[in-house]
Amino acid sequence: MSKTLVEKIWDAHVVKSQEGFPDILYIDTHLIHEVTSPQAFDGLKKRGIPLFRPEQTVATADHNVPTLDQHLPIKEELSRYQVDMLTKNCEEFGVELYGLGHPFQGIVHVIGPQLGITLPGKTMVCGDSHTSTHGAFGAIAFGIGTSQVEQVFATQCLLQEKPKTMKIEVNGELAAGVRAKDIILHIISKISAAGGTGYFVEYAGSAIRALSMEGRMTICNMSIEMGARGGLIAPDQTTFDFIEGREFAPKGEDWDKHLAYWKTLYSDEDAEFDKVLTFDAADIKPMITYGTNPGMGMAVDEKIPSVASQPESEQDSYKRALEYMGLEDNQSVLNHPIDYVFIGSCTNSRMEDLRDVARFVKGKKKADDVHVFIVPGSKQVEIQARKEGLDKVFEEAGFQLRQSGCSACLGMNEDKIPAGKYCVSTSNRNFEGRQGPNARTMLASPLTAAAAAIAGEIVDVRELI
Amino acid sequence: MKKFEKLISKVVPLPIENIDTDQIIPARFLKATTREGFGENLFRDWRYDSNNEPKKDFILNDSTYSGKILVAGKNFGCGSSREHAAWAIQDYGFDVVISSFFADIFKGNALNNGVLPIQVSEDFLKNIFDETFKNPESTLEVDLEKQTVTANATGRQEKFEIDPYKKSCLLNGYDDLEFLLSHKEDIEKFEEQKTV
Ligand code: SF4
Repeated sequence: MSKTLVEKIWDAHVVKSQEGFPDILYIDTHLIHEVTSPQAFDGLKKRGIPLFRPEQTVATADHNVPTLDQHLPIKEELSRYQVDMLTKNCEEFGVELYGLGHPFQGIVHVIGPQLGITLPGKTMVCGDSHTSTHGAFGAIAFGIGTSQVEQVFATQCLLQEKPKTMKIEVNGELAAGVRAKDIILHIISKISAAGGTGYFVEYAGSAIRALSMEGRMTICNMSIEMGARGGLIAPDQTTFDFIEGREFAPKGEDWDKHLAYWKTLYSDEDAEFDKVLTFDAADIKPMITYGTNPGMGMAVDEKIPSVASQPESEQDSYKRALEYMGLEDNQSVLNHPIDYVFIGSCTNSRMEDLRDVARFVKGKKKADDVHVFIVPGSKQVEIQARKEGLDKVFEEAGFQLRQSGCSACLGMNEDKIPAGKYCVSTSNRNFEGRQGPNARTMLASPLTAAAAAIAGEIVDVRELI
Repeated sequence: MKKFEKLISKVVPLPIENIDTDQIIPARFLKATTREGFGENLFRDWRYDSNNEPKKDFILNDSTYSGKILVAGKNFGCGSSREHAAWAIQDYGFDVVISSFFADIFKGNALNNGVLPIQVSEDFLKNIFDETFKNPESTLEVDLEKQTVTANATGRQEKFEIDPYKKSCLLNGYDDLEFLLSHKEDIEKFEEQKTV
């Protein structure tokens, strides 16, 4: 019988399927970090049970860590406590930890792919919704709550209903200045922040195929922002080339064996999806968000949709969002002044993103009143960026290159955007208060963010390249 | 996990859509390493101003409204996978959340903590809001066994969906981990057969 890619991977991981119960799904790799793991470790201790497969568990410290002076003890007491707790728990339960100071440290969704831990055909989970990022390699990867983290600790399994499947095809060629981030912001703006709820999304089509692994990760990363359980892309030569030779990737004969299997990982021609959506790459322009959920986005040269055009039941929430943002409906945001630019997060903090920004800003200078910080997704990205001299380019432009972590994406460390200030951010969430109480976030691609940093206002990057 | 069978309670109405997990519990309060105490910071930035003074116009600060049922607008709980959101709701004292649509991960997290998420029609939701604002004393009755929610003032009733396995977990106070642990042998057998 023909199957979708999700079904192929899912079926290969079902330990037991019983009428009236969710499937028992086997998890190959469990990624953990300091924020969503302490209560799960605690649960194991209370029940007096060991961690079942510590060698399939990988830990890093990312959400709380400072992005300056990482060699010093963490100043903020609670953050330090949480990070120390992770270290202790990993020691006690025998989990490999890439903590602060370790050359492999970084945002959990950046280091998995970079180290060759993320592989096609795997099931992967993490107590973090953007685990969907790893789907870019043709893996089933999704975020879980802390009770589930404890379940995977104890049994390497989860109880899961098989998800519905959706195919999103993007065909054609992207215009100059349009990036993977714009594709996903475009899709979410069309189908809304809840449009994918209940589905696992497979992205396909020529525009997706043409993307680098970094671009594919950006797309899969934001699947959760349309409510989807996860997103994935069938592996191909681009995927295999990216993985080969990485630290923990299979080698030699083992590589050949894996590769043969990976080549069977695609949705069969006549496989049936529960829903199919199609987009034309030519319709996609550089995007920007104007509201307080990622579905409230538009092409940068469009006007904010009117309140009256919203369904009646949603008008109050819509007005509330615009009020929070200090914006009006029917308004264009072009030339709207901004205060901060944040280039980072698991959506856009990889080498390709930093190179894209550097290429654009080389020889230019940021606007005087704008604060710009670039936070690499991992220690390795940081080191590579310095090796390529990007730090110099950034410095000359007045951008600050920091050390790796989640940083202002969620403002758990000291990197926060002050109340009322506008921040063009390459992260994935523009929720109220996400980057600090009353901070105003506008999501965009790294290129659009870089252009805003130079201009001091929102601009259409297509006119500048 | 505590058992859930039936509940009759007044409700706290929050007619806002797309309430995300960052509103339910802002990230800066995620530094705790235990499950307790999150209720204090539930809807923190809507409840308190920057001087930590309660905002008078927010519903949780209005003693007219109380109860064990939170009723909120569409797409409740979108955003992050943080279970802290479900812990905060439970710790504050809510046993049930009613909306016309829930985000997936939140729904799972709530059920894993004995909080029942109930999806009702848009129309019934509007009705509940209207009734509650008209008379804050009006109550809802939730019957898990029958899968019904009833507005006691109007008699209007709707059936709600719940996964049969999750329903039996709530009724009996079981959790997934106990179920999974009882299948340890199957899991080990699966590992032995697995090739790639
Ligand atoms: S960078 Fe942001 S979205 Fe990504 S894992 Fe960190 S906090 Fe979550």
